[in-house]
Amino acid sequence: MIRDSLFLMPEQSLVQRFLNLNWVLIFLICCVMGVGVAALYSAGGGDMSIWANKHLIRFMIGLCGMVVIAMINVKWWYRFAWPFYIGVFFLLVLVEIMGHIGMGAQRWINLGFIQIQPSELMKIAVILCLARHFHGATPDQVRRLTFLIVPACIILAPVGLVLLQPDLGTAMMILMAGAGLVFIAGAPLWLFITGIGLAIAAVPIGWQFLHDYQKQRVWTFLDPESDPLGAGYHITQSKIALGSGGMYGKGLMQGTQSRLNFLPEKQTDFIFTLYAEEWGLMGGIALLTLFALIFLACLRIALRCRHNFGRYLAAGLTISFSLHIFINIGMVMGLLPVVGVPLPMVSYGGTAMWATLAGFGLIMSCHVYRHSKVTRA
Amino acid sequence: MAKRISDEDGLKIFSRRTILIGGMQMIGLGVLGGRLAWLQLAQGRKYRMLSEKNRINVRLIAPPRGLIVDRFGVPLALNEEDFQVHIIREQARDMQASLNALKRFIDIDQDTIDRVIEQASKIPKFLPVKVKEALTWDEVATIEVNLPDLPGLLIDKGETRTYPFGLATSHLTGYVGAVTEEVLKEQGEKEPVLSLPGFKIGKIGIERQYDAHMRGKAGAAEMEVNVVGREVRELSRKDPVTGDRITLTIDAELQRFAHDALSEQRSASAVVMDAHTGAVYVMASHPGYDPNLFSRGIPRDVWKSLLEDTSLPLAHKALVGQYPPGSTFKMITGLAGLEQGVTSPGRTIFCPGHFSLGKDKFHCWKPGGHGRVDLVGAIQKSCDTYFYTIANEMGIDAIAQVARRFGLGAKYGFDLEDERPGIIPDRDWKYARFGERWHRGETVVNAIGQGFVLTTPLQLAVMTARLVNGGYAVKPYITAQIGDRGRIQENPAKIEGVREDFLKIILKGMESVVNEAGGTAYGSRIVEPGLEMGGKTGTAQVVRITKEQRRLRIKNEDLPWEQRHHALFVGYAPIHAPRYVCSVVVEHGVGGSRSAAPIAKELLLRAQNRDPASMTAVLSSDATMAPSESAVTREDESSEDMGMPERSKNSLITPARKPRSGGAQ
Repeated sequence: MIRDSLFLMPEQSLVQRFLNLNWVLIFLICCVMGVGVAALYSAGGGDMSIWANKHLIRFMIGLCGMVVIAMINVKWWYRFAWPFYIGVFFLLVLVEIMGHIGMGAQRWINLGFIQIQPSELMKIAVILCLARHFHGATPDQVRRLTFLIVPACIILAPVGLVLLQPDLGTAMMILMAGAGLVFIAGAPLWLFITGIGLAIAAVPIGWQFLHDYQKQRVWTFLDPESDPLGAGYHITQSKIALGSGGMYGKGLMQGTQSRLNFLPEKQTDFIFTLYAEEWGLMGGIALLTLFALIFLACLRIALRCRHNFGRYLAAGLTISFSLHIFINIGMVMGLLPVVGVPLPMVSYGGTAMWATLAGFGLIMSCHVYRHSKVTRA
Repeated sequence: MAKRISDEDGLKIFSRRTILIGGMQMIGLGVLGGRLAWLQLAQGRKYRMLSEKNRINVRLIAPPRGLIVDRFGVPLALNEEDFQVHIIREQARDMQASLNALKRFIDIDQDTIDRVIEQASKIPKFLPVKVKEALTWDEVATIEVNLPDLPGLLIDKGETRTYPFGLATSHLTGYVGAVTEEVLKEQGEKEPVLSLPGFKIGKIGIERQYDAHMRGKAGAAEMEVNVVGREVRELSRKDPVTGDRITLTIDAELQRFAHDALSEQRSASAVVMDAHTGAVYVMASHPGYDPNLFSRGIPRDVWKSLLEDTSLPLAHKALVGQYPPGSTFKMITGLAGLEQGVTSPGRTIFCPGHFSLGKDKFHCWKPGGHGRVDLVGAIQKSCDTYFYTIANEMGIDAIAQVARRFGLGAKYGFDLEDERPGIIPDRDWKYARFGERWHRGETVVNAIGQGFVLTTPLQLAVMTARLVNGGYAVKPYITAQIGDRGRIQENPAKIEGVREDFLKIILKGMESVVNEAGGTAYGSRIVEPGLEMGGKTGTAQVVRITKEQRRLRIKNEDLPWEQRHHALFVGYAPIHAPRYVCSVVVEHGVGGSRSAAPIAKELLLRAQNRDPASMTAVLSSDATMAPSESAVTREDESSEDMGMPERSKNSLITPARKPRSGGAQ
């Protein structure tokens, strides 16, 4: 069979792999990065050197990393899944311990030359690990609850650790991305329906475990105008910035809300606000369209992949990526509570961008090796 | 286990669910796009307004206050650039410490420190608060040198209201001061400039009278501010409009001269006025106060001592001082006698030194009497008996109506506040006031300006003007121009029923008072030909002279100051064509001829030499001219003008009308 023969396709040459990269996706990613650089240039008050240059350099490095990851045979990623997961898990534990010993709440590990945020890596590790786990499962196995115990542990163990940090946003992200993957892999629907039902029922109980600042954020989200100078300040100012942008925006560097510092964290979590203030609805829609095209390109890779590992990995990472976007933009628009989630590739910040690009690298590896046979472990 | 699912079906489930996820993602993005459109389009206007409100802060720019200048354009009140010391809370880590350190170098009290700290706490921390203005060079130098030890303090230029003539013009200009809470509550809505820190408004005098004109219009700068309120840049600017300049009829040099002359007395006031227009050239009151102290923030102890001073330095005595006119009132009584026909130039009366009315005896000031005197002689020698006699014959009402026609007993609507009406008594007045009938003896006493009669120095000058200008009802005024708008001064109307031949007789008397031997002010005559003055002395009793005093011939100057007579003089010059009238009141000055007449002489002589009436109040705005400089110029000019008093006829400020009462030459 033709299909079978393709599985037996010999390892592609470096050039072949390079040519097989999904250039449309790379182009879309570069476009988003362009938006990020423009926004950061503006956030820096028209000075590239403050944020934009560093962002650009990090992106270049990340892009190279992404291409390298994409050209590595997907079977290696398959084999690498568990060690990677365990390694990151230990890093998370390490962070937790260091937090206890040392300087309070901590999310970073300083390796001297680089600071890494294990929770960012864990987002990928969980997807990778789940994809590997479901790769070998038959559709029947997936529907069996006992089979789902391992995925549940893969997801919940890091979620628990991240919650301890405490980083509710990332924990939710890992949980939802993981659940999304389990859903795509074919787990029974009722599981998710009851899960959502239980989650809603658990809200009053979970409320008591939230930190004060987290409770405050929720209250503020529910009624930002109640305290426009206090806790609701961020979201109120963000909405003013967005709204005042209008159809065509105030123009590059003309965003008064951000330039005059009314906007908090304009270079990180609220970068979309700055962008939409200066570029208006047109710019906003353009960026959303870019994201839509990226989602579709990634899901297309998942659908066209010939092996389950690739399917699950690509789809899972796409879900994770899209969650970042929904949560970040929803947050700055006042649709969701304020949680510290950056906008991938646009917000300033190295780890998050590299994690995202690494994710795209894995998705593209699934694309380059869509016909490969991934051996079951 | 339920039915088995094939790999194919499993793939279908995967595809279906992936497409479902994709669909959800698109819906999610759609929701975000919709929300963005809602915020930016549907609610865009609202948020644009909020964003403008966020970033734009309208800053008021205080308008420079209009100047007060004299008739020659010499500034009496101006805004002088000075050095001030400010403090910025943000830079002073410890305000209290910085200010205490400053206290070692300049004179500031604890009140100031407390006020500054309180002010600074109410405004953004990067805005300066004024600590002290009008620093001397020494202070500036000392602070500059010690700035490293004075964190947060800085020297800056500012403007302070300055009164170059100080004490001499204090009662005219008045002073400016901080806006009070009441004023702010009352006018703050309409005039936001009032709430600017350090803004000053007129408190008294011309500063208060024309405050609205001099205040000007505030400018505004639209400032873009950042989130903490720090100004980033100016978006637009409307410059402030300087307040109107107030041009007074005052001759500042003459005013200073008058003030210096008065300063030799303990408490005195003087008015020099134009006999034909009513323009006031001098209106001086001593003691005064330094208005510069007020505009710079007066120390509490200085203020207290001003309030407690018994010679009332804060009162403008030429305007608010009400004195019995004494013998200066005799022209009115004499004129009334002529009008009533009880006397005539030919009638003589024998003065034995007293006048008897029933069992009462009214003394003439001269023990032993003047012998036989006619009206001119009675004025010249100030014979009381003569006026006792004619007053007794005509009654008080006849005198009172002449007094009122000649400007006594009522306000004029003068351009300074606190004008007083004085008192011109008659029968009705007494009944209304005390519910008692008028006694004949009271007529006799009031006829020589004692008893109930009260006049202000300004009124005495007006009375004299009306006597010497041919009987025209001039009214005094002090404001020549507001901004570029000149004053519309009506030509004074002729006083009803006035007879020039009678006025000539009175003037003849006033002329002989000064210029003929035996006149009460002969010692103060002006000898320069063509500049001679006429006038009348007045000595007003403050306390009744007791029989004991009269018997022992106790001299008035030996009594305590408060019991001595007031000394008055009204005069005019030159006698052949009266132009300037003058009134001088020296409180407790013992006698008119002794202390008031010499001052009046100096004033009238200097007035004629300077001849301010020959110059119109300037229209051009060369008010930047320093006062000392202009004084020198004026001095030179006036010395050249010596002996040319005819010039006064060419006056521009006067209606072209020849003085009518040439007087007896």
